[in-house]
Amino acid sequence: MAIETTTAIAVKAAPPRRRSRKATLAWQIGVRVLMGLVTLWCISVIVFVATQAMPGDVAKIILGPSATSEQVAQMNENLGLNQPLISQYWDWLSNVLTGNMGDSLVSGQPVSELLSERIFNSATLTVIAMVLILPLSLLVGLIAAVFRDKFVDRSYLGASLVVTATPDFVLGSLVIALFGTVVFKVLPPVSLIPPGEAPWEHPRQLIMPLAVMTVVGVTYLSRLVRVSFIDVLESEYVQLATIKGLSTRRILFRHALPNALAPSIPAASIMAAYTIAGSVVIEYLFAYPGIGSALVDSVAGHDLPMIQAIIMLMATAFFCFNQLADVLGTLNKSR
Amino acid sequence: MIRTRPKEQGDQAPPRTLTHRVLTARQTRLGLIMMLVMIVFALAGPFFAPHSPTAVLAKPYADPGDGLVLGADSLGRDILSRILSGGANLTWMAFAATFIGVTLGTTIGLVAAFKGGIVEALLMRLVDIMLTFPTIIMAILFISMVGPSRVILVVLVAIGLTPGMARVMRGAARPVMRREHVMWARTIGLSSRHILMREVLPSVTSPLMVEIGLRLMWSVVGLASLSFLGFGVQPPASDWGLMVSENKDGLAIQPLAVIIPAVCVALFTIGGNLFAEGAARVIGRTEGTRS
Repeated sequence: MAIETTTAIAVKAAPPRRRSRKATLAWQIGVRVLMGLVTLWCISVIVFVATQAMPGDVAKIILGPSATSEQVAQMNENLGLNQPLISQYWDWLSNVLTGNMGDSLVSGQPVSELLSERIFNSATLTVIAMVLILPLSLLVGLIAAVFRDKFVDRSYLGASLVVTATPDFVLGSLVIALFGTVVFKVLPPVSLIPPGEAPWEHPRQLIMPLAVMTVVGVTYLSRLVRVSFIDVLESEYVQLATIKGLSTRRILFRHALPNALAPSIPAASIMAAYTIAGSVVIEYLFAYPGIGSALVDSVAGHDLPMIQAIIMLMATAFFCFNQLADVLGTLNKSR
Repeated sequence: MIRTRPKEQGDQAPPRTLTHRVLTARQTRLGLIMMLVMIVFALAGPFFAPHSPTAVLAKPYADPGDGLVLGADSLGRDILSRILSGGANLTWMAFAATFIGVTLGTTIGLVAAFKGGIVEALLMRLVDIMLTFPTIIMAILFISMVGPSRVILVVLVAIGLTPGMARVMRGAARPVMRREHVMWARTIGLSSRHILMREVLPSVTSPLMVEIGLRLMWSVVGLASLSFLGFGVQPPASDWGLMVSENKDGLAIQPLAVIIPAVCVALFTIGGNLFAEGAARVIGRTEGTRS
C-alpha cells in the first residue's frame, strides 16, 4: 500500500532487538519487578498522604474531648506530628519496613500485636479456600469442556453467569438465610472465633464463609479452565490422538490436562489476589475476626495506624499475587 | 462484515447491523428488560413509598400490619418504603460511574492505539499500574479520609473501571487503525479527534457494548458492596446494600428486610451480565471467535 508513512506502521517496522530468548525473558521480568516496586512505593505514599488528610485531630482523638490545648500540643510533639510531612513519611516508612507499625489509637496496644492473630485467621481462611478452589475449578472446568454445549455445560454456564453477577454480600446473606437462620438452622450464622483459638478448632463456623468464597472462586477460575480445555481439545494433536484410537481418559489426563493447566496458573494467582480484596466483605458479613473486618472497624474508629497497616498489608498481598500472575503469564508465553 | 450464519428463526427481515443483532438476541433482550425493570423500580420507587423511609413507625422488627405491608426493620421503620426508596441512589451513581469510567477508559485505549510508540507504551504502563491497585481497598482508604461523599464514591468506582476498559478498547482499536478508511483519513490530514470519533469509534461499538454491560454490573456490585460495608449512602437514608447490613442481625425474625434488598441488587447485576455475555456471544458467533 502507498500509505507507509503513518506512525502505526513506522512503529511496526522497528528493528528487532538482538538478544537471546532467555535474556529477553529475564529483562521483561526484571522490568516488571522494578515497575512493581515503584507501584508499591506509590501505594505507600497514597496510604500515608490519605491518612494524613483524615478528618479529626489525632491527638484530640487520643486524649478525648476534655484535653487542654497544652496537652494536645505535647501529644503532637510525642507523636512527631509537628514535623514536616516528608520526615514523618520517612519515619513511618522505615518503621513499617522494620515491622513496627505504631500503636492503635483505640486500644493503645501495638498494631503488630493486634493484627498478628487476625492475619493468621484471614490467612487460614484464604488458604483453605484456595485449597478447595483449585482442584474443584479444574474438575468443574473439565466436565463443562467435555460436555461442551450439552445440558451439563449449559446449566454450568447459566449458573456461573448468575454467580459472577451476584455481589459476595448478597450471595453470603442468602446463604446465611438458607442454612443459618430462616430455612434450615444447621450452621451458625456468624463465625466468631474466640481470641487465642485457632480457626480450625471451630470448623462449623468456617463452613459458610468458606462455601461462599469457594463458590465465587470456582466460578471465576473454572470458566478459564473450561475455555483452555476447549482450546486444547480442538487442537490438532488431540484430534490426532483421537484418530490414533487413544482412550478418552488418556487423552484428557495425559495430553490435554498439562496444556490446559498452563493458562490457569496465572489466573489462579489473580484469583488469590481478588480473594484477599474480597475477604473484607465476607469477613464483615460473617463477623469473622480477620484483617478485613478489622479494617472496617478501624475506619469507623478513625484508628489511623491500624488503617495504614491493614491497607499496606492488603495492598501488598493483592499486588504480589497480581505480579506473580504477570510473571507466570510471561513465562507461559515464552514457552 | 462477513455474516457466517443466516438469521435462525422468525419471518422478519434479517437485522442489518451487528448492533441490531446484539440488541435483538434473546439473551441480551432478557438482560436489557431485567435492567430496565430494576431501573424503573429504583427510580420510580421513592414516589410510591407509603411512608417516609426514615420515619420510625413501630417497634424494631415488628410484624406486618398497622399499615406496614412487610413489617418494620431493625429500627422500626417501614421495610417496604425503605426498599422502594433504596435503589435510586445506587442506580444513578452506578450509571454516572459507568459513564465516566467507560469514557475515560475508551479515550485512553483509543488514543493509545492511535498514537502508538512512546505514548502508547506510557499509557499502557499507567493502565498496568492502575490494574494492580485493589479498587475496593483503595476506595475504603479514600472514603475513610474524606468521608462517604457520593461524588467521591462515583469517582473512585469510575477510576476502578478505567484501566480494564482502556486495555480492551486498545485491543479492539488496534486492528481498526490498519483499515483503509482510517489510513485514508490520516493521509488527507483529518484531525485526530475527527478520526477517533468518526472513523475508529463506530468500528468498535460491539466490544464497547459488551464492556458497558460488564462495567455497569461491576459498578452496581462495587457501590452496593461499599454501601453494605457502611462506606456508601449513610444512615438514616435508605439503600439496598445498607439495608442488608442493618438488618442482618434480625435475619431470623424479619428475613424479608435482608432478602428483598439483596435480591433487588442481584437482579440488577444479573441483568447487566446477561446483556454483556449475550452480546459477547452474538459478536463471537458473527466474527467467528470463540465465546
